[in-house]
Amino acid sequence: MKPIITIILCLLFSSMSYAQEKYLTKNGHTSFFSSSPIEDIEADNNQVLSIIDTKTGKIAISILMKSFMFEKALMQEHFNENYVESDKYPKATFKGEILDFVTLENTSEVIIKGNLTIHGVTKSLETKAKIKKTEDHIFLEGSFPVKVADFNIEIPSVVVNNIAKTIKVSFNFDHKPYTK
Amino acid sequence: MKKFIILLTILSIGNVVTAQDLFEILDEETPQTKEYATATFKGTRILNGHSIENRKKGILEFVISHRFGRVNLGADELFGLDQSNIRFAFEYGLTDNLMIGVGRSSFEKAYDAFFKYKLLKQGIGKKSFPISVSLFGSTVYRSVDDFEPGNEPSESDRLFYTTQLLLARKFSPGFSLQIMPSYIHRNSVAIEEDPHDIFALGIGGRIKLTKRISVNGEYHYTLNPLESINTTNSLAFGIDIETGGHVFQIILSNSITMIEKSFITESTDDFFEGDVHLGFNISRAFQFGQKKKRKQQKIKESHL
Repeated sequence: MKPIITIILCLLFSSMSYAQEKYLTKNGHTSFFSSSPIEDIEADNNQVLSIIDTKTGKIAISILMKSFMFEKALMQEHFNENYVESDKYPKATFKGEILDFVTLENTSEVIIKGNLTIHGVTKSLETKAKIKKTEDHIFLEGSFPVKVADFNIEIPSVVVNNIAKTIKVSFNFDHKPYTK
Repeated sequence: MKKFIILLTILSIGNVVTAQDLFEILDEETPQTKEYATATFKGTRILNGHSIENRKKGILEFVISHRFGRVNLGADELFGLDQSNIRFAFEYGLTDNLMIGVGRSSFEKAYDAFFKYKLLKQGIGKKSFPISVSLFGSTVYRSVDDFEPGNEPSESDRLFYTTQLLLARKFSPGFSLQIMPSYIHRNSVAIEEDPHDIFALGIGGRIKLTKRISVNGEYHYTLNPLESINTTNSLAFGIDIETGGHVFQIILSNSITMIEKSFITESTDDFFEGDVHLGFNISRAFQFGQKKKRKQQKIKESHL
């Protein structure tokens, strides 16, 4: 009998002790901004999933492409149909690490390093971000440039002047403790 | 000692669990939302007739369609380009599911008003609904005064009604098919033998060649055609070219009109005899209403 109790206790204890080590958000905000002489295009996504493992500083982000909201409905359709091909590549992902996460001050600038996958193409990425850690929140905010051509996204010649070659991607995540 | 081993085992299992890939957790946590097939067709028309696509809420589209004369008229008529039949229309998305429009065709100086409502939408994933279904209705007022003196038609004699059920399925990103049973009622007919109610069955489809270009076809089989004229079934082939903001369609068809009651029931040319009309549809979309409050969602207040 006693070993069983031990097992149960251990199980309880182990899950509890690890529970606070992951911080998750399901409604992170990511937007991108393309600026060209003809028009500015902006799209927002408020359903971004991001998770941080506080033990290792590892971070994983998953973005559903169809959740990007554009000002013009037709733009959104063309974005999904022709540019990022959301049927074939439904998600953009980032897998990486927040450097020196464990030793960080509660509010500081960090470097995030990892691999960004968009449109089925993976590129390494290193960017600065601001971080703020509190008891039950981890805020992460930053932006970085993305070259459209790097991810095999074609821009047809008729709209080549409407879409910037490098777009600015911004993110803002409010992670909360993740419990199963 | 035994207990100690168990403890170690448990602890290591615990570690395995936490080492679970972060992406697996994200996948588990991804909310399951219902998704629908999008862009079954590029435009609101397959070629002559309507596709199941609507304009989204708040979009006003100005549509210009042209059908020229028969290409086999020869060089003297510049292969039909000297003759032209044009339809202007304003088409508007009242909601994401309901679209309305008004148009004016030069052929018979006809005015038309239509609605198109999405009844069912094809879903994505297992156990989702397999097809999209839309209901289309249109009324046409034929305003041309081509009657014999003293034989003036009444206002109601000038009216025609079309009802269509549009059933479509996007089989793959590159291939879509649509079937459209049609019912056309004409308040007046030329001779006694002409039916007031005409039934037709249409089929249309598209095959994508590239991301921005597709080849389309459309055919309507009339079950009980008009007797007063020698009618043919409407057939059309064409290409959709998407140019950034809008869709441009180039069409070859044996029909010269762009409204249902005419091209389904009144086409008289034989496609395979060379009685082909060149045509195009072009539209310009304007967005109303939905102007997003800029920056509204944008990081309401930065936490940092």
